[in-house]
Amino acid sequence: MNRATSLSRETLSLAPGARARNRGDGAFRGIVTALAWSILALVALMVFKMVDASMPAIQRFGLEFLWGTTWDPVGQRFGALPFIFGTVVSSLIALLVGGPIGLGAAIFLSELAPGWLRNPISFLVELLAAIPSVVYGLWGIFVMAPWLRSSVEPFLGQSLGFLPLFQGPSYGIGMLAGGLILAIMILPTITAVSRDVLRAVPVVQREGMLALGATRWEVIRHVVVPSALSGILGAVILGMGRALGETMAVTMVIGNRPEIVASLFAPSYTMASVIANEFSEATYNLYLSVLMEIGLALLGVTLLLNTLARLLVWRTTRRAQGGY
Amino acid sequence: MTGAGSTFIYPLYSKWFDVYYKKTGVQINYQSVGSGAGIQQLTQRTVDFGASDAPMTDEQLKAAPGEVLHIPTVIGAVVVTYNLAGIDKGLKLSGDTLSGIFLGTISKWSDPKITADNPGLKLPDTDIAVVHRSDGSGTTNIFTDYLSAVSPGWKSKVGKSTSVNWPVGIGAKGNEGVAGQVKQTPGAIGYVELAYAVQNKLPYAFMKNQAGQFVEPTLESTTAAAAGSAANMPADLRVSIVNASGENSYPIVGYTYILVYKNQQDPAKGKALVDFLWWAVHDGEQYAPGLLYAPLPKEVVARDEAQIKAITSQGKQLYQQ
Repeated sequence: MNRATSLSRETLSLAPGARARNRGDGAFRGIVTALAWSILALVALMVFKMVDASMPAIQRFGLEFLWGTTWDPVGQRFGALPFIFGTVVSSLIALLVGGPIGLGAAIFLSELAPGWLRNPISFLVELLAAIPSVVYGLWGIFVMAPWLRSSVEPFLGQSLGFLPLFQGPSYGIGMLAGGLILAIMILPTITAVSRDVLRAVPVVQREGMLALGATRWEVIRHVVVPSALSGILGAVILGMGRALGETMAVTMVIGNRPEIVASLFAPSYTMASVIANEFSEATYNLYLSVLMEIGLALLGVTLLLNTLARLLVWRTTRRAQGGY
Repeated sequence: MTGAGSTFIYPLYSKWFDVYYKKTGVQINYQSVGSGAGIQQLTQRTVDFGASDAPMTDEQLKAAPGEVLHIPTVIGAVVVTYNLAGIDKGLKLSGDTLSGIFLGTISKWSDPKITADNPGLKLPDTDIAVVHRSDGSGTTNIFTDYLSAVSPGWKSKVGKSTSVNWPVGIGAKGNEGVAGQVKQTPGAIGYVELAYAVQNKLPYAFMKNQAGQFVEPTLESTTAAAAGSAANMPADLRVSIVNASGENSYPIVGYTYILVYKNQQDPAKGKALVDFLWWAVHDGEQYAPGLLYAPLPKEVVARDEAQIKAITSQGKQLYQQ
């Protein structure tokens, strides 16, 4: 990896001279620059259109929209807080459950798995990423939810029922089901990306530690994971992005009830789900506009969480680099 | 010709378009995007007709750039399905009881109101788990229309729409979602389209109608409800027919409409549209029962004829014998 970076830097510094000699180079540079800018322009255009379309809702409800808790399409009263809550909490559950499993699997695949096992498992993990989300949703309804209702939730209720998180009747469908299905869905992303960054840690570093008499665990704990940390966090951020925006599978298992309840057994609702559910039958303009504003809020939440995560990555990598 | 709207009616309309194409060579493209989106596309004149499971509101009619005619095509029914061990079919419910369940004031199957509707039936002392549609839908519109008609409490607290603020219960996506959730949850109750319930052999409740009879939801009792209310239809045919009069009328039903502009901009296209509509409400109706939609009673077909005859282009009537 290091060599690759230094090479590309060399090429970059050569670029001005090369441009003088080669017109094709200039054209290429122009094309890729335009392509890069077109992505920015696309995002800007999207934001502009969404703000434009949500204007009626913004004018009607103002900032109150963000902390209103009523969602009544008949009475034309709309508040986004239950959806924001549902999106953030279900994604958080997904990260708490899927993150450690994904990282564990990645460490196993890159450090411990024997060669004959590594490829089949990697293949299966990547296959998970290719399953359409509606299939996850169906599996969630017909397999996971009944299992949660009959086994997991009663068990949690009995053993941890003193916590408000695990109280109330268990339907199987609910926040917990939504979070778990997301955890499964973000697993392949976290595993595959983490595995690649772990593999990119130079073998020499591992060998050096081993030569000093370190155990496998110490090598992983003190060398491999720390030097790959920023990449691992990047993998988690990618996973979080998927969790925040995932629509279909979550809609099918989360119960779709816009309420803020502490219990994970209770039904909840996410921003992406309410847009998917209600957009096609939104019968008046303000309603449509409100759904647009939910989309805008989702964009805002995603941006905010991504920024926070990036800051975290930036801080940890700086600290890690300082340590060397 | 292009149309857009209701997903509920899509199976029947695609059959219609197919048969009509083979018969006349006129091709009709239909996007099943949902009633709300269909109305929007009609308003923006991006399609020649819209299809909706609910009549357009006054506000929507005002927003349209021309006068819009409502043409009922078939009748849809919504049935109440449930999961009670040992009770396969024929649980009896009155409107008052049903609204109590969905308002959350009745929360146990052993509630005196439910047992009063079902003398002799042994009902368990379990919690009722309410399941409703999470996606906006014409089914929800008919169902909440009915609850609003029979319960003043529902009307003032919740009201009717394609999506409402449900007092209790969990939301599941689509008929299949509701049916799946009800099937898996002991003590659950939910609502689905008649066609879906019949095809999947779900247990359903007999509903008490205005005449005091408990009526089984069938195509016949659905058509009967439309016939029972045909005499009181307003001129624009925008009407709710829930809780209709008549001994055999099933109470949770509603029309699905084709929406067209009264004044067609393009005479040739307008003529083709009029011909198709005329065919649809006459010959087309025979395809409805096979797909489990209730055909129109003849009283309503006559009202449709008047609507179709009213369609003009450049000041001339488009319908010809």
